[in-house]
Amino acid sequence: MSTATSTASPMPNWWLGLAARPGQMLAWTLLAMGAIAMMMPLVYMVATSLKLSNEVYELNIIPREPTFENYIYIFKNTRFGLWFVNSLVTSLLVTLSVLFFDSLIGYTLAKFKFRGREVVFIAILTTLMIPTEMLVVPWYLMAKNFGWLNSYWGIMFPGLMTGFGVFLMRQFFAGVPDDYIHAARIDGLGEFAIWWKVAMPLVTPALSALAIFTFLGNWTAFLWPLIATNDRALYTLPVGLASFSGEFLTDWELIMAGATIATLPTLVVFVIFQRYIIRGVVLAGLKG
Amino acid sequence: MASVSLSKVVKRYGDVGIVHGIDLEIANGEFIVVVGPSGCGKSTTLRMIAGLESLSDGTISIGGRVVNTLEPKDRNIAMVFQNYALYPHMTVHRNIAFGLYAAKLPKAEIDRKVREAAALLGLTDLLERRPNALSGGQRQRVAMGRAIVRDPTVFLFDEPLSNLDAQLRGQMRTEIKRLHQSIGTTIVYVTHDQIEAMTLADRIVIMRDGRIEQVGTPLDVFHTPASAFVAGFIGTPTMNLLEVSVAQQNGAPVLALEPGGAALILAPDAAARLGNRNKVLIGLRPDNLTVEPIDAPDASTAGRQKLDATVVVAEPLGVTTQVIVKLAGREVVGMADGRFVPAAGAAVKLACDLDLLHLFDAETRLRLP
Ligand SMILES: Nc1ncnc2c1ncn2[C@@H]1O[C@H](COP(=O)(O)OP(=O)(O)OP(=O)(O)O)[C@@H](O)[C@H]1O
Ligand SMILES: [Mg+2]
Repeated sequence: MSTATSTASPMPNWWLGLAARPGQMLAWTLLAMGAIAMMMPLVYMVATSLKLSNEVYELNIIPREPTFENYIYIFKNTRFGLWFVNSLVTSLLVTLSVLFFDSLIGYTLAKFKFRGREVVFIAILTTLMIPTEMLVVPWYLMAKNFGWLNSYWGIMFPGLMTGFGVFLMRQFFAGVPDDYIHAARIDGLGEFAIWWKVAMPLVTPALSALAIFTFLGNWTAFLWPLIATNDRALYTLPVGLASFSGEFLTDWELIMAGATIATLPTLVVFVIFQRYIIRGVVLAGLKG
Repeated sequence: MASVSLSKVVKRYGDVGIVHGIDLEIANGEFIVVVGPSGCGKSTTLRMIAGLESLSDGTISIGGRVVNTLEPKDRNIAMVFQNYALYPHMTVHRNIAFGLYAAKLPKAEIDRKVREAAALLGLTDLLERRPNALSGGQRQRVAMGRAIVRDPTVFLFDEPLSNLDAQLRGQMRTEIKRLHQSIGTTIVYVTHDQIEAMTLADRIVIMRDGRIEQVGTPLDVFHTPASAFVAGFIGTPTMNLLEVSVAQQNGAPVLALEPGGAALILAPDAAARLGNRNKVLIGLRPDNLTVEPIDAPDASTAGRQKLDATVVVAEPLGVTTQVIVKLAGREVVGMADGRFVPAAGAAVKLACDLDLLHLFDAETRLRLP
């Protein structure tokens, strides 16, 4: 658009640019609507957490009398801090376990030829098709019989290895050229050291992605932790927050305050790991 | 330094045979270049020497010791890969030193060795860089440094220069040759590039479909190729291979390019090699087919014969002109003086020296004895 048009016209320049291309305008409109739809629940979550209970069911975004009362309340009168720690510890341990075992299995499936390799891989893939809801009962029976209920181990054990992670890591390791592994073998490394020191650093983008997925999945997990624990001291955050909603009355402003705090670690995880995802390392050592 | 000996080496993947019984004796300090078309099993053979691939049958010994069941690290070999396989998350120093750390050498000694190798290869200023901050030639040198610090008795190279541009390739070729002259280690070097093969090798091994077709010095394989395959593979531009029939003329056998048409008259000893065949394959290198103007003075000498041909395409290369001509209904490549660029369709003379003619059996495609 020429400057002459824009000075003469009451419309801003960018608007004329868009108006000239209806396809683009449509795309932007859809994107904006999508963004609003995604953001609104978060905005309301934060807004509600700052409201007093009598204002909760009103639709205003800015609270009339913003207050931190709810935050203070949940820390003082519930075991919120403990639930936070429970969630953090179990999610971190599960994530570490998944990163370790899934990539070890994925590497083995990608880089070693042995009889039954395909069968094992397909068996692992099949587990992806079974929904959690179906597994909860067998898990419960297992945990009950082994005496694992009401323990960190009980919360964590179903997630320590995942079919999805094995699949993801196998695909990434398959893309690692064999020459790296051959070079390391000639350099005299053992097979475990080759995996740990040579192959793992080559798939950091995949490891980061897997870390984010796993951590978030466990951080927000609700159904299994709810079943595995009935001691309030072992609740994870989602289970604890849900306990605010009673049979007759739900303290939304408290739930929202808890939920707001609960999103903070997810932000941290994402900020830390996403730059590793973006940095594609795998090909850097190969031909120029 | 060590000799390498392959005896009846076989490699199969499941039912598929890849290498079908290779015998090869490599002397201590020798520079062996293995060439052959893609997929003929060169890399597989090299990886078997390295111990990265198991043998299906046969034995490999290094320095007189059978190494069939030895781990790669225990074979005293070093390998340079086509893609260099430098670890991207480590500095150049760390890349070169990686194997030494694994061998748990003292830190001071590791550093001394790395610096020695770096000095030899001109990498001293780059030791703290990461591979992705290096040029192709520098990466190639780091890969060689990593091999050198191991003090191997045998170097294995798998197409080490194929990712470099032509100029750099020439430069690195010279460096590899110099390296071999200064450290004198046995080298087995796989390549596609027959110029590398000719310039580097003490002996060339030509492979085809998992078998060795010929082993010999560069001049051997160039001048007395054991088969039409070797003849076509070694030398640029490619040798012209023509099937001709043997006819009788004045009681002596001649090679007829077409029935009743132009014929090549052989010297008696060459004619004797034909035996009682009535068809043979002849090989003529393009530089032995000199394209001359039709009216060139006829300074015919013994053993030299001229044939009539028509120009199809002429490609000036500066010093020479490469000319594709039609000779007795077949297209062949000849060479002309660089100042002579004949037009398409022009009639020319092809002068060839019949002493340099290669004769192969038409069926087995092997050299006639
Ligand atoms: N792991 C494997 N399983 C099955 N076949 C294989 C395997 N590795 C190689 N081959 C086959 O073995 C043959 C020889 O391979 P090799 O890599 O030795 O060829 P090459 O001579 O090095 O070829 P190039 O010049 O293209 O590198 C090829 O046909 C290839 O497909
Ligand atoms: Mg190869």
